[in-house]
Amino acid sequence: MTTISESPAASSAKVVLQTTVVKSWKTPIALAFFSIVSLIAFGIIGRDGTSSFRLSTDTDFFQLPVLHAPTRATAIVISIVLVLIAASSAWLVRSGRKVPIWIVAVFAVLLLITFLTWASANHTIPVPGLLIGAVGLSVPLIFGALGGVISERVGVVNVAIEGQLLAGAFVSALVASVTHVPVLGLFAAMIAGMLVSFVLAAFSIKYIVDQVIVGVVLNVLVTGLTSFLYSTVLSPNNESLNTPQRFERIDIPGLSEIPIIGPVLFRQTIIIYIMYVAVIAVWYCLFHTRWGLRLRSSGEHPQAADTVGINVNRTRFWNVSLAGAIAGLGGAYFTLGSVGGFTKEMTAGAGFIALAAVIFGRWDPIRATMAALLFGFATNLQNVLGIIGSPVPSEFMLMLPYIVTIFAVAGLVGQVRGPAASGKAYVKS
Amino acid sequence: MSDAQIPQTRQTPSEETALEPGQTPATVPPVEPPSRFSGVLREIATGNAVISILAVVLALVAGGVLIAITDEGVRSASVYFFSRPADTFRAIWDSVSGAYTALFQGSIYNFSRPGFLNGIKPFTETLSFATPLIAAGLGVALAFRVGLFNIGGRGQMLIAAAIAGWVGFSFDLPWGVHLVIALAAGIAGGALWGGLVGLLKARTGAHEVIVTIMLNYVAYYLIAYMLRTPGLLQAPGSNNPKSPPMKPTAIFPDLLGPQYNLTLGFIFVIVATVFVWYLLTRSSLGFKFRAIGENPHAARVAGINVKNMYVYAMLISGGLIGLAGANQVQGSITTGFGSGIDAGIGFDAITVALLGRSKPWGVFVAGILFGAFKAGGFTMQASQGVPIDIVLVVQSLIVLFIAAPPLVRAVFRLPTPSLVPRVKPTRLSGKKAVVTK
Repeated sequence: MTTISESPAASSAKVVLQTTVVKSWKTPIALAFFSIVSLIAFGIIGRDGTSSFRLSTDTDFFQLPVLHAPTRATAIVISIVLVLIAASSAWLVRSGRKVPIWIVAVFAVLLLITFLTWASANHTIPVPGLLIGAVGLSVPLIFGALGGVISERVGVVNVAIEGQLLAGAFVSALVASVTHVPVLGLFAAMIAGMLVSFVLAAFSIKYIVDQVIVGVVLNVLVTGLTSFLYSTVLSPNNESLNTPQRFERIDIPGLSEIPIIGPVLFRQTIIIYIMYVAVIAVWYCLFHTRWGLRLRSSGEHPQAADTVGINVNRTRFWNVSLAGAIAGLGGAYFTLGSVGGFTKEMTAGAGFIALAAVIFGRWDPIRATMAALLFGFATNLQNVLGIIGSPVPSEFMLMLPYIVTIFAVAGLVGQVRGPAASGKAYVKS
Repeated sequence: MSDAQIPQTRQTPSEETALEPGQTPATVPPVEPPSRFSGVLREIATGNAVISILAVVLALVAGGVLIAITDEGVRSASVYFFSRPADTFRAIWDSVSGAYTALFQGSIYNFSRPGFLNGIKPFTETLSFATPLIAAGLGVALAFRVGLFNIGGRGQMLIAAAIAGWVGFSFDLPWGVHLVIALAAGIAGGALWGGLVGLLKARTGAHEVIVTIMLNYVAYYLIAYMLRTPGLLQAPGSNNPKSPPMKPTAIFPDLLGPQYNLTLGFIFVIVATVFVWYLLTRSSLGFKFRAIGENPHAARVAGINVKNMYVYAMLISGGLIGLAGANQVQGSITTGFGSGIDAGIGFDAITVALLGRSKPWGVFVAGILFGAFKAGGFTMQASQGVPIDIVLVVQSLIVLFIAAPPLVRAVFRLPTPSLVPRVKPTRLSGKKAVVTK
């Protein structure tokens, strides 16, 4: 991926050998803008009525009451809080301090609540349902992003996430249908994702083909292959080959009865529990184990890694394969977790969103997971608002996560820097 | 994405003899190449053209295997393979040759039709399918040469198609003027949508891969909204998310008469190819583009304004893809468009650009090849029942094999070119590696 050469402070580098205080007014300006928009659009123009938020499901340990709030008044009150936050961030910048990221996060959440209040005038928003759907939609994105993070950290750009997801979805549907054992489908999906990764690794490491090329082409190859086999093999024998048994929901005793958190996080299928473990494991192993250090050094400075005795290309090969296996799991979620049978191109660009989450999350497994959750949440927000009747055309709601991402990438994330040697083949000389 | 320019830098010595203006004439071979017959043979066997042809052959063989193993006749014959093996082989031959004959007859020349003018019709189909592929492929290739990865073809095409379509169906202008204005509007739309990416990258450092992917979705939903909203793009009196048909004055005229689908768009695409060729190899702007593609740090040190070049490159890249979008509404589907007007060309264009190694004429040839696959694929699906998706498999395998000459050589046991004294070994071997100094 592109590395930008200029350092962000290049323009302010005239002050030499002093503590340069870079006052970036970007954040306060953005916050002020959004808080005023919120105040005017949701508060003053606003809508009358009562907004309700249902916080509990029927089986919770104890029931939280349904939250009722007068729409306009609530929106105005929260908007004023938003204005205050914007003002305080401006004060922070003025006094030469940085605006901490948590302030931005709180601002974003409050802005979201204002929007939800405004959008749900005289309707009830099922908060657990909104969040459960968000987690569900982000599962393939998270697995894909984890695969992407590992692969790019070890130095192989992984544009083929889409292909890995699709291969995982196809093979898991086939295997689970034939064997009637969903767990076998899960393993098959990992192997399928791994096979795609093998091709990526073989071509980019052995034949030194440009990694982006291999990735793009693999997506096309897997799309063509699965669509072709779907038309010729699966679709004529739909009953026997393409009706996988889905995973049962597993309620974790105790935890699943906590309001809001329980139904969202602990009443899920096994794939999602695997996902929790995978996110933590990838994060821990990447930054706190010898394996992770070797992996990252192969991606940052392969020559140095080679010098200390790490076999760079072997490290890359096996870790790219591992990345494929993880992404394949995400593909299995399509067929074994959510949709059911395989259909043509059923991943519908999820791999590319996962790729965006990798970059958005700055090649960090936790941040990438957060980015993937954001995409899932925004998509599901549109679904929920579509049901209760949104005042905004659904297309604009669907557009929102992508626009937010552009703003975030342009304004907050800025010049992201990937692993230094990602995308470059290593040839020992 | 600093390696995206690799496809065109993996040059063979035969290509390098044609000097590009940016190159120093130091590529003149100091060593007399072996002039013996075996040397010539070896040169041919290791050359790029042979690799390309063999890659196509390999991909077609792989596609044939897929067609054979999924064919009903082959499967039923293979049940009694050991008693009558000939049946299986005949079934394999029937399925594969049937499919590929249909592919040929649908894309190049149909011998079953009377006369040359009818027989050649499939080839004109190929060219009309190739038209948007070449245009969009040129756009992606140009971005590749600057080291940018433009996955935003879909969004740029959609915006371009919508604007060209809007001009095309809502204005009454004289013949000729209307066509040109609609086309220009489409190109401008694509250029703006692409240039936005360049601007964001230049000003804020936003990664172009994310921004283009995101803008694809934004464009898609924007167009979908406009197509279902009366007064914007929706056809009046209709409930379908579809635009009204183009005015006849905005439609590209047929190039070879009404019995062929080939339109003026193909000429525009030839012009675009010449333009990109001129831009990249003969102009100062193109030199800067290539310099940045080779090494943005060096280019900046040399005094090139890298940020501005990113904007210009994305503007031009988007404009070329906009040409493909305008061609869709003014040439291919003139009866009104829906939100799927891009027909996946924005993504196909990436493969076209890769196969063409990001060189203008390479993209041109690659676009025609993929156009042939598309045209023939539909015939194959209709007459032989082989799903058109096989075309995707064959196309992607071709690109993979061409990108990995050692693999093709290993399969066909061709001699490796390293046995021949190379003029510039460093250029071949050290190009894409992390050079260990």
